[in-house]
Amino acid sequence: MSKFRKKKSGEQQAINTASLPDIVFMLLFFFMVATVMRDNTLMVTNTLPAADQVQKLDKKDRVIYIYAGQPSERYQKKYGDQPRIQLNDKFSVVSDVGAYILAERATKREELQNVLTTSLKVDGETNMGLITDIKQELRKVNALKINYTTRIGDYTQNK
Amino acid sequence: MARKSPEVNAGSMADIAFLLLIFFLVTTTIETDSGINRKLPPMEDVIDPPIIKERNIFTVVVNKNNDILVEEKPMQLRDVRSAAVKFLDNGGGVGEEACDYCQGERDTSSSDNPDKAIISLKNDRETDYKVYISVQNELVAAYNELRDREFLRLYPNQRMTFVEANKLYSDPRTSPKEKLKLKPKLDVLKKMYPQKLSEAEPSKINN
Repeated sequence: MSKFRKKKSGEQQAINTASLPDIVFMLLFFFMVATVMRDNTLMVTNTLPAADQVQKLDKKDRVIYIYAGQPSERYQKKYGDQPRIQLNDKFSVVSDVGAYILAERATKREELQNVLTTSLKVDGETNMGLITDIKQELRKVNALKINYTTRIGDYTQNK
Repeated sequence: MARKSPEVNAGSMADIAFLLLIFFLVTTTIETDSGINRKLPPMEDVIDPPIIKERNIFTVVVNKNNDILVEEKPMQLRDVRSAAVKFLDNGGGVGEEACDYCQGERDTSSSDNPDKAIISLKNDRETDYKVYISVQNELVAAYNELRDREFLRLYPNQRMTFVEANKLYSDPRTSPKEKLKLKPKLDVLKKMYPQKLSEAEPSKINN
């Protein structure tokens, strides 16, 4: 008869937490799948300008990134505060861009080598001179598809 | 009866999972990049540059003080889009060069037809990148505005604009069958209003 004994009403029942790991694992798997690891540590300030007539960038394996902007505060002592180019994890000069593009292109699969896009992630405050120089270098190595990577937003935000 | 195997204590499993979860939460960047696509001209010089009539070129200059000059007159950024639309959609040509879908003013001193019309964007070395991008954005917007208009006129059954159709086309989730249907329509529009946006090499003159 003890099976059907009524519980004392005053006693609080403990919440069953047996399914908690399942829920957490579910979340974990979602984030594991959705994660894109940052492969570059930014060493420059990188406030991208806003634009709304944008197209999505191609798949990640078809994109080469070039960063440019003022060096971050902790690098300013060593590198000054003039805008610089960052390729992979180091500061570079304009003449390095061509070699970098060729090296990156060589690491990609052969069928992708003709469809690569160069993504220019440039800080909004940079002067166009630097970008023009980069563009000239890209033309020299025949990397003609470029993408001015931007934030999505109205142009009035570019103040 | 077999000996009862000791039960593993799973109480700490949640903690471990949480730890992993927090790690991935912190390292995640879900957003994909987007921006304005451009194609640079090849390096080799054109031996015989085609002669382009002055009226078919729409010059936009951004100087070192970030002022915008359109056709040699100063202009605010917010007016650039409508000025570009007006120029592209002018359709001033006659005979073979006439443009039957243009809705512009048919001014003889402006572009003949959208195929001939070229927008030339020139900047100074000291122009700010963000201003340059804003101008680029407005010029692309002008093309998109016209393409949207004609897309809605030609294909009202699609119930979408050119930009939306283009987005659908480049979306990897769209089925190949649907892509095949969209492609000719997009190509028609791209032919009607080809994006002829030339980025001139910047002036080095300090004026």
